[in-house]
Amino acid sequence: MPKPPTPLPATSSGTASSGTASSGTGSPEDASSGVGAGTRPTQPAQRPRVLSVEDLGVRLGGRQVLSDVSFHLCEGEVAGLIGSNGAGKTTLLRAVLGLTPVSSGRVSVAGGRGRHQAVGYVPQKVVLDADLPVRARDLVQLGQDGHRWGLPLPSAAKRAATEELLAGVGALHLADARVGQLSGGELQRVLVAHALAGRPRLLLLDEPLANLDLHSARDTVALLDCIARQQGIAVLMSTHDVNPLLGVMDRVVYLAGGRAATGSTDDVVRSDVLSSLYGHHVDVLHAHGRVIVSVGDDSHSDDGCDAVPASAGVLVGGPVHRGAGAR
Amino acid sequence: MSIVHAVFAPGFFSNGPVQAALVMGAVVAAVCAPVGVLAVLRGQSFAGHAFADITSTGGSAAVLLGISPVLGFAASAAAGAASMEGLGARQHGDRDLVTGTVLGGALGLSALLLYLSTTRQGTSGATVSVLFGSVFAVSSANWPWVAALGLPALALVAAAYRPLLLSSVSPELAAARGVRSHLVGAMYLAALAASVALAALTIGAVLSTALLVGPAAAALGLSSRPGRAMAWAGAIGVTSVWAGIVLAYDSYSWPPAGRGWPVSFFVVALVMAFYAASRAGAHRHGRSPAGKAA
Repeated sequence: MPKPPTPLPATSSGTASSGTASSGTGSPEDASSGVGAGTRPTQPAQRPRVLSVEDLGVRLGGRQVLSDVSFHLCEGEVAGLIGSNGAGKTTLLRAVLGLTPVSSGRVSVAGGRGRHQAVGYVPQKVVLDADLPVRARDLVQLGQDGHRWGLPLPSAAKRAATEELLAGVGALHLADARVGQLSGGELQRVLVAHALAGRPRLLLLDEPLANLDLHSARDTVALLDCIARQQGIAVLMSTHDVNPLLGVMDRVVYLAGGRAATGSTDDVVRSDVLSSLYGHHVDVLHAHGRVIVSVGDDSHSDDGCDAVPASAGVLVGGPVHRGAGAR
Repeated sequence: MSIVHAVFAPGFFSNGPVQAALVMGAVVAAVCAPVGVLAVLRGQSFAGHAFADITSTGGSAAVLLGISPVLGFAASAAAGAASMEGLGARQHGDRDLVTGTVLGGALGLSALLLYLSTTRQGTSGATVSVLFGSVFAVSSANWPWVAALGLPALALVAAAYRPLLLSSVSPELAAARGVRSHLVGAMYLAALAASVALAALTIGAVLSTALLVGPAAAALGLSSRPGRAMAWAGAIGVTSVWAGIVLAYDSYSWPPAGRGWPVSFFVVALVMAFYAASRAGAHRHGRSPAGKAA
């Protein structure tokens, strides 16, 4: 079902100066549809959709956390879920997972199997005791059968699958290490292998790059990009700093104040679109191949729980050059 | 042979109560091992301790009513599990708070019940036997109870083994995999309650946590694999109980009274010794990131 480029919703907060700014306005290559046509010219459009989010609204504890969020993801696409703290990124991911109830709109994940089978999830914080008697291979195996009843029977096939999954994320050498003793980057890889063990069509990652050094972050992004391309899995990862995602994203879901602007990086990370999203002027600065988004006065942008200081928040970088979204 | 005689006092192997205690203690320690390892992994050893205090209430009530303490242990542990579940301690922070509240009331009640038993019936041994137990005193009439508590506890833990393990690594990962964490948590709570009742029967209500959590805590450093950690916990638990029984039997020739020291003291002391040794060993060797420890 082709959808027009996602318009900025007119929200309850009413801060958007214009309801008309959209991810694709005036962008010729996006005129066809929103099915990623503008961002991956080499692979036009017709890959099957894995995730559709339509007019999603989520209320938590009487607070409207998300309003009218719409976007979709196709097989093999990488999307960045961008936003500052409190913008609703985790809530959106949990709604897609089915862990947080949706108050309006709908989320559909392709595949007749249940949501839990079709979606793999890597949460932001997994705190593990150093002496937890669970090895990396145990955790990955639990990704295959952790939801099943009964005792696990030794299985050569499962063991091989586990090792293949670990090898796929470059962590086979960690198979026998206790999970609590892995470094942040190592644990990240093992968690990705765990999430992939259920053979999902969609992989969600909550701030996978937080707490990683620059090098590990780059490796993680490359790994996820590779997983998306080679296995055709749609990848949606949240981040407050988009810089490491430059060059791999097919799609941006930019959250602010509970609303979203979606489209290709070039279409969303623009002054007019983000100004409309934030409801006040936002500068998008181009410097050294990066884009710096300067959110000026955002005192009324994020329901008051935004951690960005009111003076200036540098939120996001994005590629300026055309085709940066394609590989 | 003299060394054997020095360790095992004459008559040890032919003594009926000793034989029964050896079997009973081993069975209980074996049940406690997997349940205890999961209690430690799930951060529920405090809940286990609370059950211990609650079972002391049940045991005291049973003594006052003149019925078998194991009935009281089992009933109160079940009631404790149900109320903990019912009070809706869904979140970790709440759980400790709820547990603590239930626990205080239970201990106070058992103080009253034991007082009544002692004054009205003159059963002065009740306090010691309920709170600190004696595996020698466990009559063989309790075997059906041991089976009725131990088998379901093992069955529940076996049935929910993988979801339990996954949710103890990360509740969020488990939820994402579709694990019904509430159901799994309730199943585990029931297994924990049953195991505490068993341990209370063996080494007394107050000390039951030691048999449940101690071997498990010692085992964590000995294997990086969950199943093997449980096997280690079982081995440590059984060894502690058996060695404790040997020492208690020997202690009949010890000062001051020549009436034997409490067997529960030996069991718990040995469990603690295993724990200390395991910690010291883990500390000295460092923890190899490759998890070389079997």
